[in-house]
Amino acid sequence: MLTVDDINVYYGAIHAIKGVSFRVDDGEVVTLIGANGAGKSTILNTVCGLLHSRTGSIQFLDKTLGNVPAHKIVELGMAHVPEGRRIFQQMTVEENLEMGAYTRARADIEPGLERVYEQFPRLKERRKQVAGTLSGGEQQMLAMGRGLMSDPKLLMLDEPSMGLAPILVEQIFDIIRKLHQAGTTILLVEQNARMALSVADRGYVLETGKIVATGTGDELLHDEAVKKAYLGG
Amino acid sequence: MSFLNNAITGISLGSIYAIIALGYTMVYGIAKMLNFAHGDVIMVGAYVCFLAMGNAGLPSVVGVLLAVAVCTVLGIVIERLAYKPLRAAPSLAVLITAIGVSYLLQNSAQILWGAATKTFRPIVEGSLVLVPGQLSISYVAILSVVCCIVVMVALSVFTGQTKMGKAMRACSEDKAAAQLMGIDVDATISMTFAIGSALAAIAGVLMCSAYPVLSPTTGSLPGIRAFTAAVFGGIGSVPGALLGGILLGVIETFAKAYISTDLSDAVVFAVLIIVLLVRPAGLLGKYVPEKV
Repeated sequence: MLTVDDINVYYGAIHAIKGVSFRVDDGEVVTLIGANGAGKSTILNTVCGLLHSRTGSIQFLDKTLGNVPAHKIVELGMAHVPEGRRIFQQMTVEENLEMGAYTRARADIEPGLERVYEQFPRLKERRKQVAGTLSGGEQQMLAMGRGLMSDPKLLMLDEPSMGLAPILVEQIFDIIRKLHQAGTTILLVEQNARMALSVADRGYVLETGKIVATGTGDELLHDEAVKKAYLGG
Repeated sequence: MSFLNNAITGISLGSIYAIIALGYTMVYGIAKMLNFAHGDVIMVGAYVCFLAMGNAGLPSVVGVLLAVAVCTVLGIVIERLAYKPLRAAPSLAVLITAIGVSYLLQNSAQILWGAATKTFRPIVEGSLVLVPGQLSISYVAILSVVCCIVVMVALSVFTGQTKMGKAMRACSEDKAAAQLMGIDVDATISMTFAIGSALAAIAGVLMCSAYPVLSPTTGSLPGIRAFTAAVFGGIGSVPGALLGGILLGVIETFAKAYISTDLSDAVVFAVLIIVLLVRPAGLLGKYVPEKV
């Protein structure tokens, strides 16, 4: 579904991503784990078109993304739930969800809302509420729901557990498992490596802009080096 | 009676300011820039209408429509050529560019149409006499207030109910997130400039109908006053532009009537300073603390 080949991304003079390649197959949950500043979010932002790579290529559903602007990539079937949620604080919950369906036909919005509300009943209760007044967990649900409104073939989640209480982290990962069972392809970026690897089919370990290890979720969970560096020994 | 007359004059002048202030506030809301050339778009609109009605002898409705069309295109062109290349530049560079565009428009108008002041023929003439010899309302004043109300209602329906309007609000909150929704941010910014400039054309025609002198610098002072109105009401806020505009018009008119014609601007700006001391974000503006 997604093939990233040898991308190099710079912030001015800083070489943030150094020759990274990876792939995500149909129906998989793939995770990128690594410490703060390893380049996980930069990779997602490059895939979704907000940043650009100087080299290599990104193929999504047999299309080369190259210089396709971010708003066109959404139409191809990719949704990115960005780090820090980035919901529209001053718009209502329902308006946020409608924005998620921006690329879709008017007739698809109602069924889309139904589906998201079924997944996140909390959002339905609060649909007329201004999004900025939601709790952190609810905002994360809204961000994910908004991403799902475009009915994506690939859902990219950037740090969905960030800043959430443990019980909410559990909930968010339950939702990821459910989405996976329903056949959604997911690319997950997490600092919470243990949780991420436990839901992922495969994972890549990122260190200062390079991939240093890869394997199935289970393999990485039991890898000595990964355990030591990311799972607390 | 003179009090009522002044109130009416103030409200109608304020309605015009409000329409201009909307252009400032919408552009600020989405592009986070102060478009100081906005006042000069007013002037261009007034000239187009003046030439269409005077030289070409077209009916006033056609003149207004032409002015709106020309200014809409002008707004889009200004944004594309002058501001879009500076999207990533520091805000000071954009501000200075806007001032440059303002002078460019004024001087182009001077070359094209001469520096001499022209007498603008109002698009509607006459007035509604309520108390003969004492209280009357000019049709231009009525038209200004009606235009202001129509514009406000149309804009709130647009931003509240339509897909494009909601996309505009999304862009003004978070451009990157809007792009991730599939919203074409560049097109949305263009559209905002188009709407703002169309409103400027309407305001220009109304302004010159009420105060019928037209010169290449006609737009600059009302532009500054309307900018003040936008800040007064809370820049970025649409109801704020309405409130700020009306208040400014009323304060200016009363200051002229009861204090001094020469000091009216001083009074207006003194009120602005006091308001900003008490409410730094303006009357209806939201003070948004930086979240860490």
